[in-house]
Amino acid sequence: MKIDRVLLAHGSGGLMSQQLVEEIFKKEWNNPYLEPMLDGALLDLPAGRVVMTTDSFVITPLFFPGGDIGKLSICGTVNDLVACGAKPLFLSTALIIEEGLPMSDLIQIAQSMARTAREAGVQLVTGDTKVVEKGSADGIFINTTGIGVIAEGIDYRPQRIQPGDLVVVSGTMGDHGLAIMARREGLSFSTPVNSDCAPLFRIGQVLEAFGGNVRCMRDPTRGGLATVLNELARQSGRGIKVVEEDIPVNPAVAGACDMLGMDPLYMANEGKMVIVLAPERAAEILAELQKIDIAAEAAIIGEVRAEPAGLVLIETELGAERILGILEGEHVPRIC
Amino acid sequence: MNDKTYMKELLQEIQSYKQEVSLMEVCGTHTMAIARSGIREMVPANIKLLSGPGCPVCVTSQGDIDAVIKLCQEPGIILCTFGDMMRVPGSDSSLQEERSRGADIRVVYSPLDALEIARKNPEREVVFLGIGFETTAPTIAVSLEQAERERIKNFSLLSYHKLVPPALEVIFSDPDIRVDGLICPGHVSAVIGLKPYELLAAKYRKPCVVTGFETVDILEGIIMLLHQMSQGEARADIQYRRVVRKEGNPVAVELLERIFQPEEARWRGLGPIPGSGLKLRSAYECLDAAKKYQLPQIADLPIKGCSCGEVLTGKISPRECLLFGRGCTPLKPVGPCMVSHEGACAAYYRYTPAKERN
Repeated sequence: MKIDRVLLAHGSGGLMSQQLVEEIFKKEWNNPYLEPMLDGALLDLPAGRVVMTTDSFVITPLFFPGGDIGKLSICGTVNDLVACGAKPLFLSTALIIEEGLPMSDLIQIAQSMARTAREAGVQLVTGDTKVVEKGSADGIFINTTGIGVIAEGIDYRPQRIQPGDLVVVSGTMGDHGLAIMARREGLSFSTPVNSDCAPLFRIGQVLEAFGGNVRCMRDPTRGGLATVLNELARQSGRGIKVVEEDIPVNPAVAGACDMLGMDPLYMANEGKMVIVLAPERAAEILAELQKIDIAAEAAIIGEVRAEPAGLVLIETELGAERILGILEGEHVPRIC
Repeated sequence: MNDKTYMKELLQEIQSYKQEVSLMEVCGTHTMAIARSGIREMVPANIKLLSGPGCPVCVTSQGDIDAVIKLCQEPGIILCTFGDMMRVPGSDSSLQEERSRGADIRVVYSPLDALEIARKNPEREVVFLGIGFETTAPTIAVSLEQAERERIKNFSLLSYHKLVPPALEVIFSDPDIRVDGLICPGHVSAVIGLKPYELLAAKYRKPCVVTGFETVDILEGIIMLLHQMSQGEARADIQYRRVVRKEGNPVAVELLERIFQPEEARWRGLGPIPGSGLKLRSAYECLDAAKKYQLPQIADLPIKGCSCGEVLTGKISPRECLLFGRGCTPLKPVGPCMVSHEGACAAYYRYTPAKERN
């Protein structure tokens, strides 16, 4: 009999666990670091400072327009490494699977992780699987931890941000958040919105050549652009002023947000970066960024000022200036 | 001419108006849009923009919220609600707190989702919490007709729906509230049409303009109101012509009349208003949760220090409330106007003008 769902026995550590690892994970993720099947991976790292980051992924639905939890789990960690200025090299992963998850879903997720890792130039070198009773998890939870190395002369910490620097986003804001909400709640729009979920290592490659002209970088995931700008303002002790109409937003996302009473500046992105550039070579860097497909819509959205320290201001289309604050509480659609 | 140049022209036109006037918006979406775009800061000081009772969550009376909290504690009940209601404080609890204590409360986006939950859980009782204006009521009516057709016995509606025009009448007749013109809700008016405003405009001699939600729409709506005032006119007009028709949506209105009948409803800040609520007609009584569970009418207990009532009637601006931004923030809200996404306090708090920062 063919087993078409994950059973508790798959997490027992016995023969079925072994089969799961051999037939799915080892097969899909195959690489020389994973192959010896030791208790840990033995890695050779190039010279430079090592960056390590971790993230856990819990998302409903597991499959969404533009991606799935597998792709997301690779992109999320890879992009955190990129934002730190590192070249992403190795990932570990831990999967917590709910009993009853269709085997076909698990295979699809494992394949998606493998494909995304290949695209991002990283290798999945070690992993762990646990199976929990039905009801104790939501399909599958995935943790990934990543290691990368920073090249000489690269430092993207927010303390380097200076008044006069320019703030760039690598593309449209809010696509992932809206795509997930629409799928989760069965909302449909005339123009479908896809998640922007993508590995951004190529942005890192482009920026590396410009050394100290790139001051800082961060990926605007949960809490969206507004949250990241506030973090940067606070951590750098500078003020940031952005211009609302310069912030790229996909028209379908803008329309849906209007309808639902949501704000795209607070919605999650999974394939975008906020980059702070020294003004001198900013135009040149922007042009280079726009040559890569994942940053084709990159745009300068504002600038850094000495004042108001720690705060973000936004100029509305009307020319009014207001504070772009951190979201308090949940971001939920309205009733009427 | 692009949007920006056009907006500048509209602003200049508004700035040339020198009379002291108070305009009120009565839709949470307008409240949010005005705060977000900074319109309030860009119009001259002689044009005061007030926020009225435009947020359905905020106008729900304290006693009704307490009744819902009591109902969700009943064994076997699944309470389905829009997300905005979860954090609204009752006298000593909230739906969010009740859920953490084990009550089965589910956030849905449509009453049809609640109906689906009823189909899937025939052994449980599913109650949909109906909070909203004329905009949400028609989809709720559809779900009730569907439940009736399928003979779904374990589904019912707790109707705290409110009708906008009776509340406007109360505002216009209150001598303590100065409103010279009304920025009327776009979505609600798409259902009810222009007639209710025509009656109000004629009776109280105040212009009413049904307005859209883009910055340009709101500026145009304000200009249409100012024009009427400077000409000494008081008509009901539509700025939001791309969506709202004079006759509204007769199909939706007919549907509402088939299922519901007006009854007195209690409003936070405005008190009981005759004919401002929607009750199920006797043919649909078996779907009425208030009857099914014999919900008692719980007295409205004021929340200590909370001025939501004054905020909802435009008597004070959110920033004039002593708790605003101090004891009451979106993270730790005292009253519903700070909880609801479209509450005036939440809107003023989230979108603080740069000059107001301290």
